[in-house]
Amino acid sequence: MGVVAFVVIAGIAVGSALGLVAKRNPIHAALFLVVNLGAVAVLYLTLGAQFLAVAQVAVYAGAIMVLFLFAIFVLIPGKEETGPDPRRSYRIVALPVGAALLALLAAVVVVGTRGAGSPAPAPDGVESIARLLFTDYLFPFEVTSVLLLAAMVGVMLLARRREG
Amino acid sequence: MKAAQRFYLREVISGLLLTGHHFFANMGKHLAHAFGRRDARGAVTIQYPEERRPLAPRLRSLHRLVRREDGSPRCVACMMCETVCPARCIYIVADEHPNPDIEKMPARFDIDLGKCVFCGFCVEACPEDAIRMDTGILEFSSYSRRGMIYTKEMLMALEPAGPNGVPRSPVPIPADRVV
Amino acid sequence: MTATLADFGIAFGRVAFVMMFILNLGGLLTWVERKQSAIMQDRIGANRASIFGLRIMGLFHPLADAIKMLTKEDFLPARADRFLFKLAPFVSVFFGLVAFASIPFGDTLRVGGRTIPLQAVTLNVGILYVFAMLSLGVYGVMMAGWASANNYALLGGQRAAALMISAEIAIGASIMGVVMWYGSLSLQDIVRAQGSLLFGWIPKWGILTQPLAFILFLTAGIAATKRIPFDMPEGESEIIGYFVEYSGMKFGMFAMADFLETVVIAGLTTSLFLGGWQVPYLYEAGFRFPWGGTLGLPHLLVVLLQVGAFSLKVVVMIFLMMLIRWTLPRFRYDQAMRLGWLGLFPLAILNIVLTGAVLLAWGSHP
Repeated sequence: MGVVAFVVIAGIAVGSALGLVAKRNPIHAALFLVVNLGAVAVLYLTLGAQFLAVAQVAVYAGAIMVLFLFAIFVLIPGKEETGPDPRRSYRIVALPVGAALLALLAAVVVVGTRGAGSPAPAPDGVESIARLLFTDYLFPFEVTSVLLLAAMVGVMLLARRREG
Repeated sequence: MKAAQRFYLREVISGLLLTGHHFFANMGKHLAHAFGRRDARGAVTIQYPEERRPLAPRLRSLHRLVRREDGSPRCVACMMCETVCPARCIYIVADEHPNPDIEKMPARFDIDLGKCVFCGFCVEACPEDAIRMDTGILEFSSYSRRGMIYTKEMLMALEPAGPNGVPRSPVPIPADRVV
Repeated sequence: MTATLADFGIAFGRVAFVMMFILNLGGLLTWVERKQSAIMQDRIGANRASIFGLRIMGLFHPLADAIKMLTKEDFLPARADRFLFKLAPFVSVFFGLVAFASIPFGDTLRVGGRTIPLQAVTLNVGILYVFAMLSLGVYGVMMAGWASANNYALLGGQRAAALMISAEIAIGASIMGVVMWYGSLSLQDIVRAQGSLLFGWIPKWGILTQPLAFILFLTAGIAATKRIPFDMPEGESEIIGYFVEYSGMKFGMFAMADFLETVVIAGLTTSLFLGGWQVPYLYEAGFRFPWGGTLGLPHLLVVLLQVGAFSLKVVVMIFLMMLIRWTLPRFRYDQAMRLGWLGLFPLAILNIVLTGAVLLAWGSHP
């Protein structure tokens, strides 16, 4: 039962991820990403991480992807992106970067499985996550907030009215 | 705009109090009506086909041809109304009246209500008081232009309206709506 | 075997009750909207639909509407994105329907040695679940706006997205105050906590402990339902919204989704701020009044009273939202944005800070 559910949901997640990459229509691609995020959230649910699942849906699918779609609406009103890609030569870079990412992921998986095994998540997700965030992972958490702050300052700089 | 109005909330609440007052006051009247107080009305609505607004006595409604005592039309086919009609919606064919004292009568008297502008000039012009616009009937509609033409027989069958403009004769059914 | 069958039946019953509750209420709202607005405006309202001359105050109008919509032409624009165009109304209605799942409509029911939680789905993070489902509903609207291949629809979809984001931020931030106060993300826990008494005689409902959050949440919640005064995604009367190209039942489903969201917001407001299924002074064993009197009641009657109280509160909230919808004019797009980002959101943050300060000062929940 659990295995079947996992296979179906993982299949949806992988399929939608492939759709996201393969689709030329940006709206379809973005909607595939939403489906992907939802499928991953369901995977979290099957692991008993209710808070993580719902937060994933609320934050990523519910807010960030809506903004994504909004931006796509504003920028590309047409049905398909047409014309040749102006940065076609950059695609060569994609291969090594992708390979490096894959190697990194593989390394993480190998290290994670060979180690003593990650501690089982606490049954009530919210408090344990909060405790972890504000104790063990406080530094990455704060660094992320600085990153977001930098992005916000950058947006203000870009959107500022220029004098003269 | 004052600062207090910019804050919205006070204005919103005063607006809600107003509409809420209307709701509960009307609801109370509806309930009183339902429990037998016939004079309590929660709405100003007039349920039209069953209820009708009182019409002013001088309101110009559907024409009728006044009958003599013997049932023939009082009209003498003098063509005054046809001449004065600004919309040219009246069509009369004259004929001899069987009574030699009366010179003429209309053989046909058609009013095309699709053209009529309800100015009432025909009533003013008539020397015999043979055409009146006092039936109180305001419902004339048809699926075709042909059906908007009201013939002499239809117009002669009509009665003047009762008090408050309530029609006393049935609304004539145009030719194209007879089932 | 019988035990599992009974479990299945109970689970089915819980879901079915919630579905019936929200679908019937949502369908009835078309009638409520017409009649309530009519009475507010000194009119009578739709009362002509009849079966064998029986009118019963226009209650057949939702039925007549449904028949009309089902038999209308189902129009598909020539350049539309066929799949998304057809999918969009279903997405809208779906998320409106599932959002109610974790809102508790009663405490537990004890029958034959079983304890049944009166809630379709028991989630530890129920409040976030409702919030997430509400925010997903906007995808239907955006898909409709984009798939119609119509610029008016596209602009309507954009307005919906912008409105939804600003409403969501305010909803999330105003909910936080309540969550901090009651110390749980589970709606059932929050409702239970509202049963205790303040100074021994005032029920500790959210509207008393978090009055600012109540106003902010209600405002943002009405914005999330996309109804007047925040109906600029639709703007039926003049600015044209995301469903211009829709006809028949698909259009009806968008209208339905609005009503469903109204019910969900009303249910969530009830659970968070009006004590959910709590009846003042009613406990497990019956009434225990602060002036000393007691009135014992059987368990089943207590549960019935609770479910009834929840339904009544939801209906009252819907009445209030309808009253607001038929009283206020529409906000302009920029006004709504300014209200969301410069009004509701900072006030919600202020509410969080105040709540935190009070909790710190008391040391624990007062």
